[in-house]
Amino acid sequence: MFDYQFFLEVLIGGLLSGVMYSLVAIGFVLIYKTSGVLNFAQGAMLLFAALTFVSLVERGAPFVAALAATLVIMIALGIATERLVLRPLVNQPPITLFMATLGLSYVIEGAAQLLWGTQVHGLDIGISDTPFEASGVLISRFDLFAAAVAGSLVALFALFFRYTRTGLSFRAVADDQFAALAVGLRLPRVWAAVWTVAGIVALVGGLLWGARLGVQFSLSLVVLKALPVLVLGGFDSITGAIIGGLLVGAIEKLAEVYVGPSFGGGIEAWAAYVAALALLLIRPSGLFGQKLVERV
Amino acid sequence: MSDVLLSVEGLAATYNHAIRAVSDVSFAVRRGEIVAVLGANGAGKSTTLQAISALLPARRGQVAAGRIIFDGREIVSASPAKLVRAGIVPVLEDRHCFPSLTVEENLITGAIGRGAKSRAIRSDLDEVYELFPRLKRHRRSVSGLTSGGEQQMTAIGRALMSHPRLLVLDEPSMGLAPLVVEGIFRALKQLNSERGLSILVAEQNSTVALRFADHAVVLESGRSALSGASTELRSRDDIKTLYLGGSPQIDVAEKPLIHAVVTV
Repeated sequence: MFDYQFFLEVLIGGLLSGVMYSLVAIGFVLIYKTSGVLNFAQGAMLLFAALTFVSLVERGAPFVAALAATLVIMIALGIATERLVLRPLVNQPPITLFMATLGLSYVIEGAAQLLWGTQVHGLDIGISDTPFEASGVLISRFDLFAAAVAGSLVALFALFFRYTRTGLSFRAVADDQFAALAVGLRLPRVWAAVWTVAGIVALVGGLLWGARLGVQFSLSLVVLKALPVLVLGGFDSITGAIIGGLLVGAIEKLAEVYVGPSFGGGIEAWAAYVAALALLLIRPSGLFGQKLVERV
Repeated sequence: MSDVLLSVEGLAATYNHAIRAVSDVSFAVRRGEIVAVLGANGAGKSTTLQAISALLPARRGQVAAGRIIFDGREIVSASPAKLVRAGIVPVLEDRHCFPSLTVEENLITGAIGRGAKSRAIRSDLDEVYELFPRLKRHRRSVSGLTSGGEQQMTAIGRALMSHPRLLVLDEPSMGLAPLVVEGIFRALKQLNSERGLSILVAEQNSTVALRFADHAVVLESGRSALSGASTELRSRDDIKTLYLGGSPQIDVAEKPLIHAVVTV
């Protein structure tokens, strides 16, 4: 007999963990939309943020001070990346830029190692990972907290894009870079702002992922988790990144529980890639990938 | 202060340091004047205009030789953002509106560059809406879904929001119905005569351009082949046949049909 309550529990657990994927994917989408760069270094930035925060706390900095200091460092890192890596490569083909970010991710990881060492750190952000029961369904407190944080971050960005001038510049540059240049928008400034925002996303993602998995170097591999999210949701849609993340989370957990046993288990790690591949065959631009707004 | 606002001297430009698109172009725009750059496809009009607005690097092109002087200053190495602030504002070929932004948001982007205050933006918007009432009606529409003519008006309005001293338009008539083209050029002429705005416009449609411009320069294979007052150029039948890739027969067909029925 089908256990409906259990199904619901798995589904909710999956969706909530999917929010964490969305958080990583959004960092990608922001930069991809505005500069056409697939920033492979997003994972390294996330690791760097988590590691910096944890190391500061372990050296006795209070929570808020460590958070503020890490934020400043991430913003500086974002701006430096734009200035030192991407600006000299402006107008180069996308593959060149991609390779640059690939290299950058190793530089950031190396710098993190040099600065903070290689041991694994535990990160406690004060939320216990104990489940609570809501109408018979067990829900993880931590997952719910993570989802709330990610949700508010996304809402904040949506307001920012909609109502500020910098947000309008973002959208203009994402729409048509050449036209943005022609109307006199200062692209380097917009890019610096984008990298700043990507740095903030990396910080939030790094803290949540770090608290979940422990702060260690494999943390930067969450980029690989973001790829099926991006394929599902489309590389240039923030809505797509959110929904793609939820889908990937749900698919992983449901597949593990319901399909896994017939494969001998352990399919959680690759089920999302299969789903992404299948979707690629049907909709290469993803579920929410840009369909040009155009009159025909 | 000199009478000349913009002068281009011996301009040569290449793409990828290899393909030479413009090899020797010279002309001048005096204050308060409309100057047309004419020529067939591939004559170098767009390249010349993009060189003036410093947009060539974004197209992997570069100025190889020559000087571009705006208001007494050499501007070849300036950034596009700086030039917009200095008053050279381009209206791109194919309009290039931001398709997912509303018409009004498109217009506002033109004012961001100069760091305008909200109140100044408001009054500038009203001026654009006065010039193009259609835009006011569609101001909340997503620009990508408006008509070609409305997009051209949006692109021009967006440029006006930057407070240009020299408006640089690339093929504003492209793909538009004759009546719409007429309206666009009338608006440009109005800006020119009422506010003294200097205008540089590249056009394939030489008939319309020569009617509204004070002076014109004809480009042929990347060189300025001929220039003069529009009235003078218009009276010479050979020009089209020689330089603009047209034939006399086509000219006849291009004359306005007086009895045409127009529906909008």
